[in-house]
Amino acid sequence: MASFWRNTRFWRFAGQAISVVLIVAALGFLGNNLFGNLRQLGIQFGFNFLKSQAGFTIGDIPFAYKPSDSYNLALLVGLLNSLRVISVGIILATAIGVTAGIARLSDNWLLRKLAIVYVEGLRNAPLLLQLFFWYFAVFLGLPSPENAVSFGFISFSNRGIGLLGLQLSPEFSALLAGLTIYTGTFIAEIVRGGIQSVPRGQWEAARSLGLKPGLLMRLVIFPQALRAILPPLSNQYLNLAKNSSLAIAVGYPDLYAIASTTFNQTGRAVEVMILICATYLTICLVISLLMNVYNRSVQLVER
Amino acid sequence: MNAKSKTPIAWLQRNLFNTWYNSLWTIVCFALLSWIAYGVGNWAFNKAQWEVVTSNLPLFFVGRYPADQVWRLWLVLVIVVGTIATGILNRKRRFLFILIPVCVLSILWLIGGGFFLTTVGTNLWNGLLLTLLAASISIVLAFPIGILLALGRQSSLPILRGFCTIYVELVRGLPLIGILFMAQVMLPLVLPSQIQLDRVVRAIAGLVLFNAAYLAENVRGGLQSIPRGQVEAAKALGLNTSLSLLLIVLPQALRTSIPAIVGQFISLFKDTSLLSLFALVELTGITRSILAQPEYLGRYAEVYLFIGLIYWVFCYTMSQVSRKLERKSI
Repeated sequence: MASFWRNTRFWRFAGQAISVVLIVAALGFLGNNLFGNLRQLGIQFGFNFLKSQAGFTIGDIPFAYKPSDSYNLALLVGLLNSLRVISVGIILATAIGVTAGIARLSDNWLLRKLAIVYVEGLRNAPLLLQLFFWYFAVFLGLPSPENAVSFGFISFSNRGIGLLGLQLSPEFSALLAGLTIYTGTFIAEIVRGGIQSVPRGQWEAARSLGLKPGLLMRLVIFPQALRAILPPLSNQYLNLAKNSSLAIAVGYPDLYAIASTTFNQTGRAVEVMILICATYLTICLVISLLMNVYNRSVQLVER
Repeated sequence: MNAKSKTPIAWLQRNLFNTWYNSLWTIVCFALLSWIAYGVGNWAFNKAQWEVVTSNLPLFFVGRYPADQVWRLWLVLVIVVGTIATGILNRKRRFLFILIPVCVLSILWLIGGGFFLTTVGTNLWNGLLLTLLAASISIVLAFPIGILLALGRQSSLPILRGFCTIYVELVRGLPLIGILFMAQVMLPLVLPSQIQLDRVVRAIAGLVLFNAAYLAENVRGGLQSIPRGQVEAAKALGLNTSLSLLLIVLPQALRTSIPAIVGQFISLFKDTSLLSLFALVELTGITRSILAQPEYLGRYAEVYLFIGLIYWVFCYTMSQVSRKLERKSI
């Protein structure tokens, strides 16, 4: 009979036991310190403070909110603001990215080079810096609404973007511009890679069928490229959602910005942290679930 | 690229005006380009005041590092360039394992001081210096944690695997700004109250915790690309699990994940700009404090373009080098 230290099952059990002990010990140590420190600060854990008056004003509000409302309501405003910028951002970033990705493969030299300059130029600079640039240098530097820069139905001024009577605040506009243009560079590369992954024979076959370039792209190449595009694309959507938390840099009241104000006013680090984590995890989970469902519908069904 | 053309006119015809819609595109692009070029050129030469950049040049790079001690940073630069050069030129990589730790220690000593040198506190490590330091220290510390997490996720022990999976997925579902907030606010709360962590140290801890999860995914990708036959062959040679991991699987897995790891370092380098939101004076932070001075009010575009260029040069160089490495290894 082999001795027990030669037994794999013993070692598997020991390994599990050791890891459990280590993890529990580490968590216990941290938790113990946490409770000790909180007691020293005189803070009692609980979410009841959310019902008290928030007392701060919020610039962008989707519904009637006043400073005398509760933190709950303020955080809801933040959540809705986040969802607004994420959903619009995803749509616009996809449009920009797909356009730039196709332009990178165009047989027009100038268009191709322009797309390369856009992708290489903007994805290698930090998003935060681009947000600062869009907000302080572009939107706040624009003329006042009376002499706004206008292109038909859309006009730009230091009060933000006016779109068919809809007025978007400069904070929202700057955040949206920064997020979509930055994420667009990554999506462009994904789209280019996806299109290039379609075998040459498919192009040749479609051309020999007499399809025009537009139809060829729409009917033959793009549906096949989509299979390679979707998984990394959903990663970019997640990145966009997470990066939307940089809104605080341009003063847009998204979920993180309001949670951070709540922390500054109440000092409730743990509760605010839990709220931020839970919300962003949920948002990310929902996006990846939706993308997985869509992804499954375009994947090749193999027998 | 299309086939080589003999004359410029033929080239133009082939690449810009081959069909009517391409001609249209060319004209639209050209109009757009010249409109942008005119606007930017007009702004850069007539309206912009570059004095804010030229007169603050040392601030961007080393911040408030004492001017009489800056020679130490030059020495650091020499060491870094020298190490990279020997690493590239020398075929025997083995001695690098000794050289690199020695270099790292001497760099930290040169920057921080103490031990015959004047001490320079971390609050004086500013500008590009802090950006580079934070990024490189974070990646070096995150790397071993990332490898352990990746191995843990591939482990056959369900509890260990579950824990590593939860950690990686949790961190990857959170924005970096949230992690940095946690590091600044929660870290002092979960550590014994005797331990007082420096602001810079807390920020680096946040970056490490964040990047370890992403590196773990990169390494896991590398681990999954190793064919089963390699492990089986190692077992047949009589290596036990840990030795076959250390000698057979990891070296191959790390080599295949190098491009992904470089990519992660590039995004880490860009992400260090977030430290400016937590009152750290790295490259973006020092820019904001320069812009807060009344004499430079409203000079946003000039300064942001300048430091954007600095970030860009670093990131672009790294991505090109990594692309070359990738091509070489295939």
